[in-house]
Amino acid sequence: MSLWKLLQVSSAIRSIARSASYLGKVKYDYDLVVLGGGSAGLACAKEAVDNGARVLCFDYVKPTPVGTKWGLGGTCVNVGCIPKKLMHQASLLGEAVHEAVAYGWNVNDQNIKPDWQKLVKSVQNHIKSVNWVTRVDLRDKKVEYVNSMGAFVDPHTIEYSVKGGPKQQATAEYVVVAVGGRPRYPPILGATEFGITSDDIFSYDREPGRTLVVGAGYVGLECACFLKGLGYDPTVMVRSIVLRGFDRQMSELLEAMMSERGVQFLHTTIPSSVERQGDGRLLVKYRNTTTEKEDSDVFDTVLWAIGRKGLIEDLNLPAAGVETKNDKIVVDSKEATNVPHIFAVGDIIHGRPELSPVAILSGRLLARRLFAGSKQLMDYADVATTVFTPLEYSCVGMSEEMAIQTHGPDNIEVFHGYYKPTEFFIPRKSVRHCYLKAVAEITGDQKILGLHYIGPVAGEVIQGFAAALKSGLTVKTLLNTVGIHPTTAEEFTRLSITKRSGRDPTPASCCS
Amino acid sequence: MSLTLWNSRFSVTFVRQYATIFTSGSVATSILQNKFTNSSILSFHNNDKPRQRTLYTMQSNRQGKSQMTDTTDSANIGGIGAAAAAPQHPHCDRQTMYDHQPNRQQSSRGTYDYDLVVIGGGSAGLACAKEAVQNGARVACLDYVKPTPIGTKWGVGGTCVNVGCIPKKLMHQASLLGEAVHEAAAYGWNVDDKIKPDWSKLVSSVQNHIKSVNWVTRVDLRDKKVEYINGLGSFVDRHTMVAKLKSGDRTITAQTFVIAVGGRPRYPDIPGAVEYGITSDDLFSLDHEPGKTLVVGAGYIGLECAGFLKGLGYEPTVMVRSIVLRGFDQQMAELVASSMDERGIPFLRKTVPLSVTKQDNGKLLVKYKNTETGEEGEDTYDTVLWAVGRKGLVEDLNLSNAGVTTFKDKIQVDTKEATNVANIFAVGDIIYGKPELTPVAVLAGRLLARRLYGGSNQRMDYSDVATTVFTPLEYACVGLSEEDAVKQHGADGVEVFHGYYKPTEFFIPQKSVRYCYLKAVAERTGDQRVYGLHYLGPVAGEVIQGFAAALKSGLTINTLINTVGIHPTTAEEFTRLSITKRSGLDPTPASCCS
Repeated sequence: MSLWKLLQVSSAIRSIARSASYLGKVKYDYDLVVLGGGSAGLACAKEAVDNGARVLCFDYVKPTPVGTKWGLGGTCVNVGCIPKKLMHQASLLGEAVHEAVAYGWNVNDQNIKPDWQKLVKSVQNHIKSVNWVTRVDLRDKKVEYVNSMGAFVDPHTIEYSVKGGPKQQATAEYVVVAVGGRPRYPPILGATEFGITSDDIFSYDREPGRTLVVGAGYVGLECACFLKGLGYDPTVMVRSIVLRGFDRQMSELLEAMMSERGVQFLHTTIPSSVERQGDGRLLVKYRNTTTEKEDSDVFDTVLWAIGRKGLIEDLNLPAAGVETKNDKIVVDSKEATNVPHIFAVGDIIHGRPELSPVAILSGRLLARRLFAGSKQLMDYADVATTVFTPLEYSCVGMSEEMAIQTHGPDNIEVFHGYYKPTEFFIPRKSVRHCYLKAVAEITGDQKILGLHYIGPVAGEVIQGFAAALKSGLTVKTLLNTVGIHPTTAEEFTRLSITKRSGRDPTPASCCS
Repeated sequence: MSLTLWNSRFSVTFVRQYATIFTSGSVATSILQNKFTNSSILSFHNNDKPRQRTLYTMQSNRQGKSQMTDTTDSANIGGIGAAAAAPQHPHCDRQTMYDHQPNRQQSSRGTYDYDLVVIGGGSAGLACAKEAVQNGARVACLDYVKPTPIGTKWGVGGTCVNVGCIPKKLMHQASLLGEAVHEAAAYGWNVDDKIKPDWSKLVSSVQNHIKSVNWVTRVDLRDKKVEYINGLGSFVDRHTMVAKLKSGDRTITAQTFVIAVGGRPRYPDIPGAVEYGITSDDLFSLDHEPGKTLVVGAGYIGLECAGFLKGLGYEPTVMVRSIVLRGFDQQMAELVASSMDERGIPFLRKTVPLSVTKQDNGKLLVKYKNTETGEEGEDTYDTVLWAVGRKGLVEDLNLSNAGVTTFKDKIQVDTKEATNVANIFAVGDIIYGKPELTPVAVLAGRLLARRLYGGSNQRMDYSDVATTVFTPLEYACVGLSEEDAVKQHGADGVEVFHGYYKPTEFFIPQKSVRYCYLKAVAERTGDQRVYGLHYLGPVAGEVIQGFAAALKSGLTINTLINTVGIHPTTAEEFTRLSITKRSGLDPTPASCCS
């Protein structure tokens, strides 16, 4: 803690010295102010400083309704990909204990249980160490950091106060808005009082127990899955479809895989109210929008995963003249808002993938364009992503629907197949949903438009193929790439059955 | 039986039906012939293709006769195939087998028993045999496994399935799962992690899996109508072979032969090697715990065996004659060795074994010598595992009768996998100077069959074949090693991007990240075409496979670093490579996640 203070003091001194040296030479206090210290903001701030800019970065986390707050680094590090992946890993390791028995280890896997508190503490310790390294890194890279909420006064001026202190202002030539988003709550009785979100679950001080997960986007499915793997009893409430925006066939397979593992689904259902019962448990009333039937059930925890909203509210954007769309900011291909010197990157921008690596790369490229004379624009196409369900789902490029929509059904060939991971046999794990497909053009060398994979370590499998897609991968090249045996990734090189052929995509043999 | 696991299309009745067939070779043969007769009738329903097929058959007959006088003109074989020009999907060769009903027809029956006899029922042989049948050839496949010195033998399918990649990956997985139990405890699971493996349970699980694969392979051969002959073949002349069967010798003639007999582990020429040592042929079915094990040899087989033995709680030592992982990038190879050393696997460097003797207590006394210092030493072990290389199984083939020349214990082939004798080809581990890998064998075998019987011209591309080493921290690579890139393009023409990285999951169980490292070897100028990628870390093979496809698609550094990562994975580290070796900057990461 004392080191942090020391850092802040030295930062202040540096700041004074710096502004003195630039006094008279420049119009603004800073070349760049970045609002938001998440993946996009930090990447942009650091890259700007690396290219000689004077940069100030604001970061502030409003506590959640149940009081959860966290440090520097944004969603990914604190309440997103990092804790999610760790909880997912914990859940997979529980499964691994059972598999170890099948492979001959004399471990007692009867009634194994996780210690939720220990897990949360381990996860939070890791996050705190990342927060710390991030702070040190900012110091190291000479990015000034203020733990405060900045808001526009005019297009070049940001007002803020540190820890309830007096209001201060900073002016900048450029402003980058990278404030990201936070989970939504539904407008129903008891939602904020009794429900939690992914902002709370990773530091939750008690076992979640029987949990209702409302929402079937990837956040909802991932939470439901690790809760199931940790021995809790999740139910997923789905308003319309699972994994909106993803390939339908893969989404449905993923749902079937989760059902096979005992995750319950309530389809076409919306919550009506949440009340706390005398025993402390939560009574949730809900309605099936197809049958109009109303029902209720009792849960220990209700987790909202119904979407995220951009944090534009506190920015006072009208003062800068920045236009918004719903709760997001619309930018052009240079990440510029309607105000030419104000930019936005990361989850706050409208209509782009909300992914940490996208935010990082676009933030970095923006800084290079602003301060290093670069012309390179962010390419938002063919961004790979993965869903960390127990059998993971990863994809890059177009869904089958999208390919059909853009190319027409007669111009698309889909190669697909089920496969059987070698390691699954001994522990007799289900291979029913191990499936992959390649969506390609039907003519020429058959350029690949999209690749989809459900199975173990999906993200690790798809990443290289994402680079291949960017390099112009064709079906011809794919099938002439020699496999690495025995892996599951090699199944892509063995794809031979087209959907059009109507042949059974279930493999008969292996290994030859 | 574990067949239920296969989630397969085979109904129980189907399996029962064929189970009886398998018990009698003669019944199988007669049914096979019936099936062929039927299908030859069927094929006449198609108007165009039989005519083409007939043309091809006539040509190949003529070719067969002319070969009696001209044995060296192997290049013509592909030419004839091309002239025959069976219908082919314009974009994807593999498509052929699904879009076109194979044409089966009685051809040249009077001249030879078979169009094709494949010698060896491993990855290469089976792929070739099945593909040939799909393209209308009459095919027999010989397979025979000579027992090891201690009596280990196995079924159809070859090295990979029985004593190679499959059991190795399973033992590796068992070893990783032991590690996972400890990690589970760190993540908060209430498991007692003072654990031991049950070696005999593991071996029986692994062997059961192998037997189910053997079984499915047999069913698949039946299904695809390849005649399977469990016999050891040797040549009488270039069109005739004698197979030694249980029931006696059988003479088989064929238009074309494909040699796919593969290889077996070598034994060193020292006292006690064969009597007391075992090899990877024995380890996966060993009926007792290996205990303290000396692994002689530091190729990938030696390192993988030592790696999983350590993970299973045994005490392996690796004896290295000269270098670790010969043929691989040496920086990566040394990192692999260091990562194993960190896990408590000692390496005896520059050391060769001198003798193995059995002591009264049953343990093995191994005497050895350091070739640099000349110093001799000895130690006792429960098991000595030779992993000193593999030799091709040319011996029993009587190749001289067919006129096929050999190179050491291998067979040299041209780019069409043809030997010096025009009607005899070789694929898989038996061929000289090519990667000894199952998927290479499978693809080469399949492409050969398509050239022979499907009118294809496509040759096997042996370049940029990705591979992986299943050591505890896995190593996978594709393309050139740094040394080879420097050799081919000059030190000034090569840029190496590298970095250490920290897998997110390693923090909580405090696993060592010291050897988590990756590099891209690239052209120095322009868009910097990537020559090779190397990765040491978890699930390396899964990580590298996609990049192998990328390399084949012309991956450049520019494309690589503009590929958006998948977070949090380890594979995304490739997209974050920014430090060149030339810069001298520290490749250790300071931060993560931003």
